[in-house]
Amino acid sequence: MLKGRHLIEPKDFSKEELEEIFNLTDKIVEKPEKFNKKCSGKILANLFYEPSTRTRLSFEAAMFRLGGEVVGFSSADSSSVSKGESLSDTIRTVGCYSDICVIRHPKEGAPKLASLKSEIPIINAGDGGHQHPTQTLTDLMTIRSIKGTIKNFTIGICGDLKFGRTVHSLIKALSRYDNIRFILISPEELKIPDYIKDEVLIKNNLEFKETEKLESSLKDLDILYMTRVQRERFFNEADYIRLKDSYRLDNKKLELAKDDMIILHPLPRVNEIASEVDEDKRAKYFQQVKYGMFVRMALIIKLLGVDEEC
Amino acid sequence: MLNVDSLKKGIVIDHIKAGKSMEIYNYLNLDKADYTVALIKNVPSKKMKKKDIIKIENNIDLNLNILGYIDPNITINVIENDKIIKKLKLDPPETVKNVMKCKNPRCITSSESEIEDIFQLIDKEKAVYKCIYCDQIYKRD
Repeated sequence: MLKGRHLIEPKDFSKEELEEIFNLTDKIVEKPEKFNKKCSGKILANLFYEPSTRTRLSFEAAMFRLGGEVVGFSSADSSSVSKGESLSDTIRTVGCYSDICVIRHPKEGAPKLASLKSEIPIINAGDGGHQHPTQTLTDLMTIRSIKGTIKNFTIGICGDLKFGRTVHSLIKALSRYDNIRFILISPEELKIPDYIKDEVLIKNNLEFKETEKLESSLKDLDILYMTRVQRERFFNEADYIRLKDSYRLDNKKLELAKDDMIILHPLPRVNEIASEVDEDKRAKYFQQVKYGMFVRMALIIKLLGVDEEC
Repeated sequence: MLNVDSLKKGIVIDHIKAGKSMEIYNYLNLDKADYTVALIKNVPSKKMKKKDIIKIENNIDLNLNILGYIDPNITINVIENDKIIKKLKLDPPETVKNVMKCKNPRCITSSESEIEDIFQLIDKEKAVYKCIYCDQIYKRD
């Protein structure tokens, strides 16, 4: 039963609960119009303390497509934070106006704090370099739809693995599926943090390899998950400039990859995937965006506990 | 050697690493106690060479869980009618609240006022904790 629950990190839901969300997403993808009144009379609060295009618009579009309404703000400057209000107080206030709350925040753990103070479901839409579980729902849904299953594959995760919150959430989520091998491709300075390496990969006996080389890894991959080096996570601009162009996927490199490998990216991209790659049949990142909206529709329905039968 | 009267009823916190007793005194809020508390530092010890001891008279209802986090080698003797009725060895507690601060500058605890600092035990053997907000891992010194 997902009604009233929070989604702060992927493991808040069991595999079976995730499957329930994916099954409902399948139904929405098939006939979205059948769901356009499901959340009529409900209000979603979208609290974005940090800039976002996809995630914010995706939640808004999802709620509008369900017949609900959206309130919120898209930067901390336009909220009472600029007057010094604490997150706890904002969350208690928003809970009086809305039925479900989505929060993106630059500080790690902000959604967890919100969940401790809230009487309505809280959805983590990204907290600093920590977690981004709804991107993970999107990623898993995309893999499941294209590959038909979420098991038996080698995934290469490339780029900023230190601050890449989508990466941390994805590894946590995939750790519960069968026969998945990880190739973690990053510069030394942007390697996966210890809490993921020790507590997820090593603790669960998962097969993984850390490398700095993208080219030599490509031939082994069933999925390549590219990420951006995120300027906003660096305290030091010089470090960002030094590392930002570490990897760039183009058509020439793609010649080394399998024909049925798929390329995913949580977006936005900067220059880590050349635009020429967009035309390659293996590029699935824009399809991934669409699944993102549908899977968020399913998540909202489940957490609100509205009748999902058509 | 300094003599401190034996207890009729109370708690003796023994085998405290020398120099740590004041820290424990503060964690247990003993400064607010209206009962007798004796803090004895640098007591000669065969096992530890030097140790600290805290004797607390009458009150045996203190929440001592936190001591398992501070130092698992500490022993607790519960005394009634001049006799030790219980010897306790403390395990690291499942959660530790408002005892330490998360050192991750990106953690919400670094900016939110009046937030509870909460750490969860993830490895009992090695006494490894994580911040419940940002997942930063802490191993005891």
